[in-house]
Amino acid sequence: MSGTMPSAAVLARYEMVVGLEVHVQLKTRTKAFCNCSTSFGDAPNANTCPICLALPGALPVLNYEAVRLATRAALALCCAIRERSVFARKNYFYPDLPKGYQISQYDRPLAEHGHLVIGTNADGSPVTVGITRVHMEEDAGKSIHDRYPGLTAIDLNRSGVPLIEIVSEPDMRSSREAGAYLRALKQIIEYTGVSDANMEAGSLRVDANISIRECGETALGTKTEVKNLNSFSGVERALESEFRRQVDVVSGGGAVEQQTMLWDGANGEVRPARSKEASHDYRYFPEPDLPPLVLATKWITAQREALPELPRERRDRMRTEYRLQEGDIEVLTASAALGDYFEGVARHHGDAKAAANWIMGEVLATLNATDTPLDRFRVRPADLAGLLDLVRDGIVSHSAAKRVFAEMVATGDRPEQIADRLGVRQESDAGALGAWLDAVIAEHPAEWQRYRSGERKLQGVLVGMVMKKSGGRADPRKVNQLLVERAIG
Amino acid sequence: MAVTPDDVRHIAHLARLAVDDARVPELVRELNGILGHMEALGKVETEGVEPTTGVGDAGLALREDAGPPIPLTRPLEGFAPAMRDGFLIVPRLATHADEEDDALA
Amino acid sequence: MTIPGDRRVAPDPVSGVEGAFAAMERARAGADGLNAVLWHDRDHALDEARAGQAYLDDGGVPGPLAGVPVAVKDNIATLHLPTTCASRILQGYVSPYEATAVSRLRRAGGIVVAKTNCDEFAMGSSSEHSAFGPVRNPHDLARVPGGSSGGSAAAVAAGVVSIALGSETGGSVRQPAAFCGVVGVKPTYGRVSRYGLVAFASSLDQIGVFGRSVRDAALGLEVIAGRDALDSTSDACPVPVYTDAAERDLEGMVIGRPKEYFPPELDARVARACDRALERLVDAGATVKDVSLPHTALAIPVYYIIAPAEASSNLARFDGVRYGLRIEGDGLRAMYDATRSRGFGPEVTRRILLGTYVLSAGYYDAYYRKAQQVRTRITEDFRAVFSKGVDALFTPTTPTPAFAIGSKTTDPYEMYLNDIFTATANLAGVPAISVPIGRVDALPIGGQFITPHFDEPTMFAAAFALERALGQEAHR
Repeated sequence: MSGTMPSAAVLARYEMVVGLEVHVQLKTRTKAFCNCSTSFGDAPNANTCPICLALPGALPVLNYEAVRLATRAALALCCAIRERSVFARKNYFYPDLPKGYQISQYDRPLAEHGHLVIGTNADGSPVTVGITRVHMEEDAGKSIHDRYPGLTAIDLNRSGVPLIEIVSEPDMRSSREAGAYLRALKQIIEYTGVSDANMEAGSLRVDANISIRECGETALGTKTEVKNLNSFSGVERALESEFRRQVDVVSGGGAVEQQTMLWDGANGEVRPARSKEASHDYRYFPEPDLPPLVLATKWITAQREALPELPRERRDRMRTEYRLQEGDIEVLTASAALGDYFEGVARHHGDAKAAANWIMGEVLATLNATDTPLDRFRVRPADLAGLLDLVRDGIVSHSAAKRVFAEMVATGDRPEQIADRLGVRQESDAGALGAWLDAVIAEHPAEWQRYRSGERKLQGVLVGMVMKKSGGRADPRKVNQLLVERAIG
Repeated sequence: MAVTPDDVRHIAHLARLAVDDARVPELVRELNGILGHMEALGKVETEGVEPTTGVGDAGLALREDAGPPIPLTRPLEGFAPAMRDGFLIVPRLATHADEEDDALA
Repeated sequence: MTIPGDRRVAPDPVSGVEGAFAAMERARAGADGLNAVLWHDRDHALDEARAGQAYLDDGGVPGPLAGVPVAVKDNIATLHLPTTCASRILQGYVSPYEATAVSRLRRAGGIVVAKTNCDEFAMGSSSEHSAFGPVRNPHDLARVPGGSSGGSAAAVAAGVVSIALGSETGGSVRQPAAFCGVVGVKPTYGRVSRYGLVAFASSLDQIGVFGRSVRDAALGLEVIAGRDALDSTSDACPVPVYTDAAERDLEGMVIGRPKEYFPPELDARVARACDRALERLVDAGATVKDVSLPHTALAIPVYYIIAPAEASSNLARFDGVRYGLRIEGDGLRAMYDATRSRGFGPEVTRRILLGTYVLSAGYYDAYYRKAQQVRTRITEDFRAVFSKGVDALFTPTTPTPAFAIGSKTTDPYEMYLNDIFTATANLAGVPAISVPIGRVDALPIGGQFITPHFDEPTMFAAAFALERALGQEAHR
């Protein structure tokens, strides 16, 4: 949008009010209502059948795993699960929506009244965002507009893939909070194994509702919906941009129009979708092909008990169990897999701080550089712990350990084997060390004499010479010890 | 709650049915005629009556998350009106938003 | 032709199919006569018959329908014949999968010899609303066979087949059965899989069976009934042997006579035929009891909100993108509009508009929700009478015999009133059967038994007994 942007002083008079609608693709093998595969990258329309093509007479049959994963996500978000939820049809025409309606849930969704902690206030109290509802629905197919001139190509492989929509309360007051909410949500979704929750891959999608009001005001302003958001940072930038636009309108005496805005990431601006009218007439009604979904209390309880440790619980536990700094805990609990990895190393090795340092240093650097997911990383926690044991016990030096680690990454072999193969085990045998020291004394008699007469600063120089003579294999601690003994003796 | 010509045009649009202007008055009359008979329902006391949603109380039977898919005895290419390189083909719309915009026109 | 009652009698599939095609010609079942049959493929049917014969020759156990030719309404998916729902929008469409009911018929040895004409997408009560021309009543070619499953009813009445599948949403099997003088059964909602039945109104639709006798209808239903994992609304309760109901006598059975189905203005001749039927039932040991289903009169308004609403959504898939008719236009919108406007006939268009209206913003509560609440009341009416010792209800199937082709095309609502005695069973989901009970002006009329959910055995027992008791009176 062009036009003058409001000044900082004007912006400061307003606050933004944000609610987010997040669609998450559930990690099932087959679609929500048919046996077709959910795998990506197959030939167009290869994963289709009478049901997801909406052939005349075909009927939906709901996937148990989709129900389980949706329930799991809702429980992790502290929602109340409805024991009798109802599927509904949302009617609209679009060529990638084969039935002409989307099976969704409307007035009786799977779950409601949850919340998500997204951070901590200055006083230590949690910052919480309310979850209005979590409901199940199916995805549409894919429309490709730029493949053939004047035509749209439709691929229905994604048609019918199960989704949940997670609707938040309008509880966020800044783009930063929106970002924190999304990161916390993504984390909890990953922790529960419900979804890959990858925004770039499209398995997590975000629409934002935003309004503004003068600080101190309690009533909500007219909201706009911002779509076409394709990264968390894009969400934050889009909210900032739309906030400034709305402040510009309102501070100029105008009124915000209820409409859909599209985020243009390349130009860093929001622009209105062509439509001026915002209300759609989806003609929702209960889906007659699916009886109500009835979940037994016992089953829901079992699902709750089967929840893994969630990010916040894990951070609380790790804080007391390992006595790590807050920043380290944040990094190490970013994903359940990383947390498990850390704890595996720490448990085997015993020194949590050393384990944390290695993981946040060498391990993450390697994973990032090679773009490897942790589950395909060849260095298993027990082996990394073994390497740390070797360092702690003086069997390999810290610098040699890095070489060993690189070999472990490449081969997956055990650290002891590699240390032997590379010949980097430190020499601590008194005889061998004495021979190297004798040779150094013989080559540098002057330095040795000065050291013996009390020039202690030469100790480092002499140790370095011994190390060099040993080809780096001498254990420096033992060399130091030996040097002191000889000087006295 | 009489149906107006605008209503007919609006619902025809929602239903993706082209209705000639000449047919609108006739449809207005027909729909109002039919809906007039529906007014009897207004006189029934239904306070607290649960609307029927589906038949049967057993709840939904679920399927296992496994294949194989139901096969097509002839391929999509055998009956789809327009395909290219495995894609279904329709006249172009720039974006999703355009069609939704259109739906509101 | 009748189906051998003794299942040990080895049938002869090839001559059975040849007989059906000969009967088709004799009855002029195609477009030049009754117009009951839309699609058939003699060679393919004979191939299936020969395969069936080879199976029997190899010592295969004959299924309950071994070698029996059957006809299937054109809104039920079959693999080798088109499935068009008598609509231009599906002209030429051959389904790449098969309806569960058809698979079960074929597994039982049945051979599909014809797809039958009907009202377009089963929307109608006269089989006049077909894109391929109206069906005629074998008893009087100037009259309708009833609808929407008029082609199946006419094919059975004309002796082409002894069993045919139809579909019901508001009476589309029972009403044409009554008009054509054959037996027509609509099972409990959920008794037969809807997988492969092209949806009209999903919460009401149910595949039904026509037979020349109660036995044929019972046998046909027995074969197709039962839980199907492909239909979430199909029920798992076991399927009894319906033909066993032939042995039951009516001693002790209480038959309710709901006063709302016998209004003072009912055609006296229809009322008399019903009275005669009730007398025969009493002679057979039943007790007749006057009962009331107070919300009956609301069935038509409720039906004509719910059915079009669901239809407006069910028919959205006919958009020219994946199958069926497509008429290109300037852009996507024009393609949609042209395809759907030219693909659907006027009655389908009318119902889609009506259904879209009652679901649209601001009207949902007043129409759709209200109708579903009154529907609950109608269901409660049935539960109430059945809980007070009534085993079955007996009513006329229709208020009049078949009317003349073209006589009810001006006011749509007048046509809708044809479903007045039948739509209640669809709304409540209970089973019902129409059996011939006599003639008025030489035209057949039917009587209807309605029983509680999944109590098809009692329904068949009453129907068998009435059929026996009336004998030739049923056709006089």
